[in-house]
Amino acid sequence: MLLAATALAAEPSAARQKELIHLVRQDCGSCHGMTLQGGLGPALLPAALADKPAESLVATIIGGRPGTPMPPWHRFLAEDEAQWIVAKLMTGFPQ
Amino acid sequence: MRSSLQTLLLGLLSLLLAGCAGSPVRGTGDLGLIIERASGHVTLVNTSSRAAYARIGGLGDLSHASVVYSRDARYAYVFGRDGGLTKIDLLDALIVKRVIQSGNAIGGSISQDGRIVVAQNYTPGGIKAFDSETLELLSEVPAEYAPGRFSKVVGLADVPGNKFAYALFDGGEIWVSDFSDPKRPVTKRYPAGQQPYDGLVTPDGRHYLAGLFGEDGIALLDLWQPEKGARKILEKYGRGEEKLPVFKLPHLRGWSVAAGRAWLPAIGRHEVLVADAASWKETGRVAVKGQPVFVMASPDGRQIWVNFAFPDNGWVQVIDTLSGQVVQTLQPGKAVLHMEFTPRGEAVWLSARDDNRVVIYDTRTFARLGEIPVDAPSGIFFTSRAARIGL
Ligand code: HEC
Repeated sequence: MLLAATALAAEPSAARQKELIHLVRQDCGSCHGMTLQGGLGPALLPAALADKPAESLVATIIGGRPGTPMPPWHRFLAEDEAQWIVAKLMTGFPQ
Repeated sequence: MRSSLQTLLLGLLSLLLAGCAGSPVRGTGDLGLIIERASGHVTLVNTSSRAAYARIGGLGDLSHASVVYSRDARYAYVFGRDGGLTKIDLLDALIVKRVIQSGNAIGGSISQDGRIVVAQNYTPGGIKAFDSETLELLSEVPAEYAPGRFSKVVGLADVPGNKFAYALFDGGEIWVSDFSDPKRPVTKRYPAGQQPYDGLVTPDGRHYLAGLFGEDGIALLDLWQPEKGARKILEKYGRGEEKLPVFKLPHLRGWSVAAGRAWLPAIGRHEVLVADAASWKETGRVAVKGQPVFVMASPDGRQIWVNFAFPDNGWVQVIDTLSGQVVQTLQPGKAVLHMEFTPRGEAVWLSARDDNRVVIYDTRTFARLGEIPVDAPSGIFFTSRAARIGL
């Protein structure tokens, strides 16, 4: 019950989800490709991410990876939004 | 009587139609092409009438797509992200030929003699040369910088002598491949620096510059004396200060040499760096609104137009090259991705991706001259590129 409530709380609103999808496709897409098949940054498709722990991917999004072009997104994304993005990336990102 | 009139009219009509289906007799100097990033379409435009005249679909994934022109400025070669290479006839407004040349491409270039079109690829990293007439594969140069290690290729540009210069993001080198014999390219390698992310050739075709992501500075290769190797200019421009995050990497394409100086985007600093184009010493820098993406000189070199990375991509600033000052700050629309000057620079076209339109400004008065509805526009490419080196 409690678990379900936290899961629900972590889900961004429908309007915010739309913004996040736009951000990932367009602005993450400038390095990872609009179809997320990779560019200067690696592919972010389910097959490419399958073996990677979700927490470390969330940490990469929030904090970036120093020494690489992957920038930190904490100014624009809350932790639970990054979690939502990673969950969607791992299962197939919405159009 | 009546039926013969009908026949005559029909005949006239079909003549007219045939005239439309074939190429009307006209030049292409005021035509161009706009990439619709999300829909796999391109919109063909006319810079005299400031209007679109055709739309063509079926080009695949066009995010980060770029275009070069045949030397007669009739055909556009569109390089798509998915490795698609499409040849478009601007006069007949149709696809002449389309091939899928690789899994992940980011752009291309055309040789000095116009016979070879070259695509640069991320994966598998390297370049591939095609016959510009038939799009048949002629040869390829894998970017294998160490045994079994391939690099993403960036910054491909044609340089004099049917050569192409490009940089290896992972390999840290500038390569120059000579396609004098298109089937047997000969490649020379020059160590450049940490993580080159894009490159450009000066308008005279003499210098190749590669911007570095992994260190402060720009690698410079003098193509007249390549044996001297690449050297670094604008070294330590960051002065040891912490870099600001870069949410989109700058593009070095476009003419950024104006008024005897080179105008270049800093990385991780909201500045345009200025270097003397003879000594390559820093002569100044201009503070701007955000992380610069395109830093483009107008054809006469009087102005530099700058757009920015997310989250400042709604702004555009104009630098006057005489005073070195920002003289205009504009908000053309949401997510301004690209800019292109008309051939003689009286107007500039800007794509506002999230507003689904291309906006046209007068470069002298900064008045808005018009706009064209285009679905998620990104790159804008006019045929005046056909006659320029390094584009
Ligand atoms: C300026 C370019 C750039 C942008 C923009 C960018 N990334 Fe990245 N990203 C990279 C690079 C390069 C790497 C690989 C870093 C490395 O070499 O370890 C990376 C790595 C990642 C990884 C780790 C992938 C893995 O397999 O380990 C994730 C997840 C990721 N990015 C998500 C995002 C998201 C989500 C956004 C948008 C909110 C984004 N990136 C925007 C360049 C970028």
